[in-house]
Amino acid sequence: MHDIIQGIGQAARLLATGGQGVWAIILRSLLVSGASTVLGCALGIPVGAVVGLRRFAGKRAAVAALNLGMSLPPVVVGLFVYLLLSRSGPLGFTRLLFSVPAMVVAQTILASPLIAALTVAAVESVDRRVRAVALSLGASELRATLTLLGEARFAMGAAVIAGFGAVISEVGAVMMVGGNIASHTRVMTTAIVLETGKGNFDLAIALGIILLLIAFVVNFALGFLQRWR
Amino acid sequence: MAGEYAIQVRGLTQRYGVREVLSNITLDIPRGGVFCVFGPNGAGKSTLLRLLDLLETPAGGEVVIGGVRATTGAAPALRRRMAMVFQSPYLLRASVSANVAYGLRVRGWSRRQRRTRVREVLEQVGACDLMRRPAWGLSGGEAQLVGLARALAVKPEVLFLDEPEANLDPQNASRIEAVVREHAAAHTVILVTHNLFLARRLAATTSRAAFLYDGQLIEQGPAEDILNLPRDERTAAFISGKMPG
Repeated sequence: MHDIIQGIGQAARLLATGGQGVWAIILRSLLVSGASTVLGCALGIPVGAVVGLRRFAGKRAAVAALNLGMSLPPVVVGLFVYLLLSRSGPLGFTRLLFSVPAMVVAQTILASPLIAALTVAAVESVDRRVRAVALSLGASELRATLTLLGEARFAMGAAVIAGFGAVISEVGAVMMVGGNIASHTRVMTTAIVLETGKGNFDLAIALGIILLLIAFVVNFALGFLQRWR
Repeated sequence: MAGEYAIQVRGLTQRYGVREVLSNITLDIPRGGVFCVFGPNGAGKSTLLRLLDLLETPAGGEVVIGGVRATTGAAPALRRRMAMVFQSPYLLRASVSANVAYGLRVRGWSRRQRRTRVREVLEQVGACDLMRRPAWGLSGGEAQLVGLARALAVKPEVLFLDEPEANLDPQNASRIEAVVREHAAAHTVILVTHNLFLARRLAATTSRAAFLYDGQLIEQGPAEDILNLPRDERTAAFISGKMPG
C-alpha cells in the first residue's frame, strides 16, 4: 500500500515536471492512436456506410466479416504486420518495422473493422422514412443518402470514439511492430508494461493515470453521444 | 403546372413481391382544388400517393405530371414541384426551423430567404412557438403541424396529404383544414383518408373524389355525388359503415 501511495505522489511530481519524458510518451500515444483512428475512419466509415445502406447478395457475410474483424486479436495483427514489414517480408524494403508508421498501420487494421461494423449498425438503425421524406422535399438521390447518413451522425460519432478507445488502450500490436524503443516508439501502454516489469512504479502509475483519464473522457463522450442517438 | 390536369394516371399497378397492392388504376386529377381518395385501411391509398409523388417505381402503368411523363430521368425535377405530408411524419434530428427549411436548402434558397419563409409558414400553421425547439420530442400533433409546414414551405404545385389529421386535436385539425383550403385555392391538394368526416368537411372545395378498395379504383367523380349518392355498392357500404372487415 505504501508503494502505491508513494508511486502516486511521485507520478504527480513526474506529470508536473515532465520528467522521464512522460509527456513525450503521452503525446506519441495520442499521435499514433489519433492517426490510426483517422485512417480507420477513412476506411471504415465508407465501407460501413455502403454495407449499411445497400442491399446486395452476400451482405450478411460482409456484416459477419466486419463483426469478426472487431474481435481481431491485437497480437495476431501485430504478428501479421511484423511479418509484412520485416526485412525478409514483402514490404521489408520500406524499412518501417519498429517505427511510428508501423504502429499506425497495425492500429489502423484494428480500428477499421470496429468503426466499419459500428457504422453499419448506426446506418441500419436510421428510420428508412428519412429517404422518402428527403426525396419528397426535392432532394436528389445523393442528397437523400447524405441526409440519411446525417441522421446517423451521433451513432457514427460513437463508432469513431469506440475505435479510438480501442487503439489507445492496445498494447500487443504496438509492442510487436514498434519495439517499445525509448524516445522513438514508446507509447503509454508499452511504457507501463516495461516500467512495471522494472519495478519503476512512479512512471507506470503516472502513465496509468493519464490513460485512465483518457478512457474516462472517451467513455463520457461515448455515453453522451449514445444518449443523443 | 400547365394543362387541365395536375396528374394523370394510366393503368397504374404496384406489386410487393407476389402481392398486387394496386391494380390498373386510371385517374385524371384536375388542376386546383382538393382531390380526395378515400377507402378503408389497406386499400392501397398510401401506395397510390407514394407512386404519384414518384417515391416508388410502379410495376406497370404510367404517371403524367402536368403533361410530363414521369420517367426515371424526369422524376427528380418533377418531384420538386410536389411535396408530401406523411401519415406519421419523420422529423430530422434537428430544430423545427431546420426541418421546415430542408426543402428550401435543397432548392438553394439563401439563409435570409429561408428564415423569412420558415417563419411565414410556421405562422400559417400556427406553430411559430415551436420554431427553436428540437424536432425530436414534439408531440404527435405538433410533429404533424411541422410536417405540414415543411411541405408547404416549398410552395408545392401539388401537395399530397396522407391522413393529415391522424394525430390532431379538433382545434389543430380545423386549423389544418383552413390551411389546406387556402393552399387548394391556388394549387392542387391530393388527400388520402379513411376519415369520411374529413372528406365531407373538405367537400366544399373538393372538386372530385375517388373510392379505392382492395387495390382497385371502384369509382370516381364529383365528391358530393360519391359521398352522398354512391353508384357502387361497396362505396355505399363503406360510407354507411357497413363494409365487412
